[in-house]
Amino acid sequence: MNVRQWARDLAMGVRFAFGGGREGWVRAGLTAVGVGLGVALLLLTTALPSALSQRSDRADARQDFTYSGKQLAKADNTLVIADSDTTFRAKDVRGRLLEPEGTKAPLPPGVAKFPALGEMVVSPALKKLLTSDSGKLLRERLPYRVTGTIAQTGLIGPAELAYYAGGKDLKQLQSGSNVERINYFGPSPNSQPDKLDPILLLLILIVFVVLLLPVGVFIAAAVRFGGERRDRRLAALRLVGADGRMARRIAGGEALAGALLGLVFGTGFFLIGRQLATRLDVRDISVFSSDLNPSPALALLVAVAVPAAAVLVTLLALRGVVIEPLGVVRKAKPPRRRLWWRLLMPLAGLAMLYPMIGQGNNGGNFNQYLVIGGTVLLLVGITALLPWVVEATVARLNSGSVSWQLAVRRLQLSSGTAARMVNGIAVAVAGAIALQMLFAGVEGDYTKETGNDVNRAQMEVSVGSGTPLAEVGRRLARTEGVRRTSAISQTSVGERAKNPDNELEISVGSCAELREVASLPSCRDGDIFRIAGGNYDAATKKMATAGNTVYFDPAWDGTSSVSHPTPWKVPAGVKTAQPREDPTGYARDGLMITSGAMPANAMRVLDQHVFVSLDPSVADASDYVRNTAARMNPLADVFMLASTRQSLQFKSIRTGLFVGATCVLLLIGASLLVSQLEQLRERKKLLSALVAFGTRRRTLSLSVLWQTAIPIGLGLALATVVGMTLGAVLLKMTATSVRIDWSSVLAMSGIGAGIVLAVTLLSLPPLLRMMRPDGLRTE
Amino acid sequence: MCTVLRMSIGHTLLGLLESGPRHGYDLKRAFDEKFGHDRPLHYGQVYSTMSRLLKNGLVEVDGIEAGGGPERKRYAITDAGITDVQKWLATPEKPEPYLQSTLYTKVVLALLTHRNAAEILDVQRSEHLRSMRILTDRKRKGDLADQLICDHALFHLEADLRWLELTAARLDKLAEVVAK
Amino acid sequence: MTTHPAGSLLAAHELRKAYGPTTALDGAEFSIHPGEVVAVMGPSGSGKSTLLHCLAGIVPPDSGSITYNGQEMATMSDAQRSALRRSEFGFVFQFGQLVPELTCVENVALPLRLNGTHRKEAERAALTWMQRLEVDDLAKKRPGEVSGGQGQRVAVARSLVTNPRVLFADEPTGALDSLNGERVMELLTEAARSTNAAVVLVTHEARVAAYSDREIVVRDGKSKDMERVV
Repeated sequence: MNVRQWARDLAMGVRFAFGGGREGWVRAGLTAVGVGLGVALLLLTTALPSALSQRSDRADARQDFTYSGKQLAKADNTLVIADSDTTFRAKDVRGRLLEPEGTKAPLPPGVAKFPALGEMVVSPALKKLLTSDSGKLLRERLPYRVTGTIAQTGLIGPAELAYYAGGKDLKQLQSGSNVERINYFGPSPNSQPDKLDPILLLLILIVFVVLLLPVGVFIAAAVRFGGERRDRRLAALRLVGADGRMARRIAGGEALAGALLGLVFGTGFFLIGRQLATRLDVRDISVFSSDLNPSPALALLVAVAVPAAAVLVTLLALRGVVIEPLGVVRKAKPPRRRLWWRLLMPLAGLAMLYPMIGQGNNGGNFNQYLVIGGTVLLLVGITALLPWVVEATVARLNSGSVSWQLAVRRLQLSSGTAARMVNGIAVAVAGAIALQMLFAGVEGDYTKETGNDVNRAQMEVSVGSGTPLAEVGRRLARTEGVRRTSAISQTSVGERAKNPDNELEISVGSCAELREVASLPSCRDGDIFRIAGGNYDAATKKMATAGNTVYFDPAWDGTSSVSHPTPWKVPAGVKTAQPREDPTGYARDGLMITSGAMPANAMRVLDQHVFVSLDPSVADASDYVRNTAARMNPLADVFMLASTRQSLQFKSIRTGLFVGATCVLLLIGASLLVSQLEQLRERKKLLSALVAFGTRRRTLSLSVLWQTAIPIGLGLALATVVGMTLGAVLLKMTATSVRIDWSSVLAMSGIGAGIVLAVTLLSLPPLLRMMRPDGLRTE
Repeated sequence: MCTVLRMSIGHTLLGLLESGPRHGYDLKRAFDEKFGHDRPLHYGQVYSTMSRLLKNGLVEVDGIEAGGGPERKRYAITDAGITDVQKWLATPEKPEPYLQSTLYTKVVLALLTHRNAAEILDVQRSEHLRSMRILTDRKRKGDLADQLICDHALFHLEADLRWLELTAARLDKLAEVVAK
Repeated sequence: MTTHPAGSLLAAHELRKAYGPTTALDGAEFSIHPGEVVAVMGPSGSGKSTLLHCLAGIVPPDSGSITYNGQEMATMSDAQRSALRRSEFGFVFQFGQLVPELTCVENVALPLRLNGTHRKEAERAALTWMQRLEVDDLAKKRPGEVSGGQGQRVAVARSLVTNPRVLFADEPTGALDSLNGERVMELLTEAARSTNAAVVLVTHEARVAAYSDREIVVRDGKSKDMERVV
């Protein structure tokens, strides 16, 4: 068969797809929307790598803390930068204070000019927030005048909240290591590119496979919309002289038309989605639409593979079909399905995954090809196994009510169609179960118990050393939404004035304040306590010996911070006390000094910490606290206390899975509904005849339900088995103990079953309409 | 066959007269136009038929044109003549082969005289079915030879009926043509 | 005309039914006695199928009355009419009536099973009827595997399996050749007569109508009982 012949027949099919009046268009449109949705999802997938890399490129380009360990001297090209990040209503705000020290000081990416003192440049999203009513509290916290915006090159996402403000004497504003002198923006020269944890990489790979496979299954289903009418048309073509092969190619051409139109639709959907993506802000992650560029090679692959797959699927589907001039005949009894080769696929998949068992714990690499190949084979194995399982099972089903008999007999005759309908759901559910297991299994590794006791306090505020403790406590206690505060001053002493080897923790406060962080036997102002039984008990004992001289604020070589070492002789009469965890779960060591016993000349080196307990009825309580803290020190550190903290990367992968799985299952639900309705329409006359001789509507509705419920039930059962197997293998790969997460198994099967139920319910009204006796009117 | 034709010529000419008195040559022309496509009437047939009808009191002479001759006489139908036409139209033909010409004539006449042509067809169908029921019954009880003979008759009767159905379906069109 | 011709099993009076702008029945009359075979004839589109659907309680008429065995059917609920169809009526259509997935014997047994008869018992009864219609050797085959004539005989067996009092046949031989059509008609009328069932036979073929006792002609939604006209 030559190429021209092929091309001619395919072209004829394309023409047929759009001919045939309104119904033809509706069918072509339906197919195109279906394929289009799939294509859009595929394009989005191909765009993700570039979006992620552009995002991380820009994040790299604006890195400002080099942690090089080397001190830069003040020069013409240096800049002092301070990290003033804050959080506003659960949204992170990236903040930097800039103090250029010369004319050649480096500008951060996306910023045209250094903001002067009291001025700031902001991201568009922050600008919008600040001018809106809801941004009032944040405006109070950022008392700078907005003089410009940060360009896209300086932002990682359109919804990012960021600002650069002008600063002065930043070196004096000490608050940990949040201030540094730099002479360029960009990654530290000796920094390693952040390598994704192999287990996280595995998760991402599996998420993609699991989400994309059902899309493939869906596209395959979408190109077969409207099969019955097509069959009649093909028969008519045979009647006027087309041979069997020609008819098949024409059918392929029709599918090709749907797929091509689907590509156009898909591109459209993708472009629309790309524009909408800018407005999307999921868990602090947003994407510039210009970042969403499908990689040309992958996009080309989609553009070629989708139509080719459409033609192939059609030709494959017509394999068991004889197109006769007077109608399409499905072979009455297809050969019995064989089990052995169907088992080969999942077994091969397992074999590919097997060598990687246990690779996850020693930071080893997974072979990406083997992982993807194995997972794909295992999941695609479902689509091979399911028809066999359905056939073998329904062949053994027997007797029962009329509705059951009707459904079972139909399934026995066309178990393939039924299995095809549920393939997509089964693959999606199996993949999701495996992923849920994997997530549940490794969740522990990525969720840290913080040890915070959120009953005692919900926030911790460190304002540095500028303000006396009593005032800090008082100001925070007066803040709106604060119920209770407990303040403590902290510092450390070294045994030498310069470069001490040992340091001793010092906590200073009133008796009441000290009792929050230690168990004191009795306390009067002027007392000093030594914590006994702490981690560094021996060192503490030695340094806290009466008469021993220690130094507050010791100096270190090579740090930029200014220090004024102050000697202090440990007095006699130091009592012992037992350690006690503070609200963050930290048990202090060292010395507890009541304010009266503290040398006056060392007071200025104390860092002030306040634990804040909030009034839950005040919605913005935490932001009032942040504002108060910022007023005392713009670089103040404010933490929300939480009982657990998940790795950020882990969290976003999980979010991605949920969003993706929802989209995919909805897509599949839509295709199920369409094919269901089509099947019903095909049987309109029979349904009418059955109603004529008195069949109850309930009987027919039930038989329709059975007809979907039986294959779906089998599909879900198989999906559960395969999903749990895959999950177990993946967990073994990450060297995590295998534990079956029954709740997620039930949830995923439940979602699958729910979709089937919804589809059946949605197809009931048309079914009832079709059962009306009007269907008998043939003349 | 001839008798059938003769009989129906009398009724046909009577029917043609129902719409008003006509001369003999008018009658011949009207008959030829509507029913005698392949077999035009001879004047002799018109003359003999009309004299029989005169004798039976079904027509009367309405006037004679100068010049004499039977074709110059103008005939009109009598009340007895109208009743005779009515009776003829309402009586189904005995189902037998080659009825078309008679049935056709009846239908056209019914249309011409504004009678219900569909009625004629229904009555005729009923008559045919009566015969067919008898044949079917005989066939059911008889041997193979009986069956074959009955089948032959049945198929012919069916052919008649199908023609009848077709005619019935085309009555409206026929009425237009006839009215011209 | 009387509303209920004496002794009639099923009678209709002044039936009217329209599908949208199309009038299908326009004052149709009908009556049938037990054991009687009545042919409903008329050109296509005349409303004969609609008359059958109304008489069988498949569609309710817009107006007019239908009495079956003294009960007024026009006021029955859909469920009541369905029950009536299941237990008292039998149906044969031109095509598209056998469930393709069920075997022939299961198809024949279907009406009994809808009435709640146990499966074994229903299939035994089905097989006896299939014997009478000379298709018992097809019991285990599916409708797709038998010829048109055989399939129609199976359908006739199915219509008779509940011992219906009225059998509705809509062009039962429409898809068959003469020989098969005749055989089906012979078996159908014989079986109906032997059970004293009334048969409403919609057909446009005279040779099929010849199996009836009398005929009714439907034209433009009006029916004419030829027996009474003549």
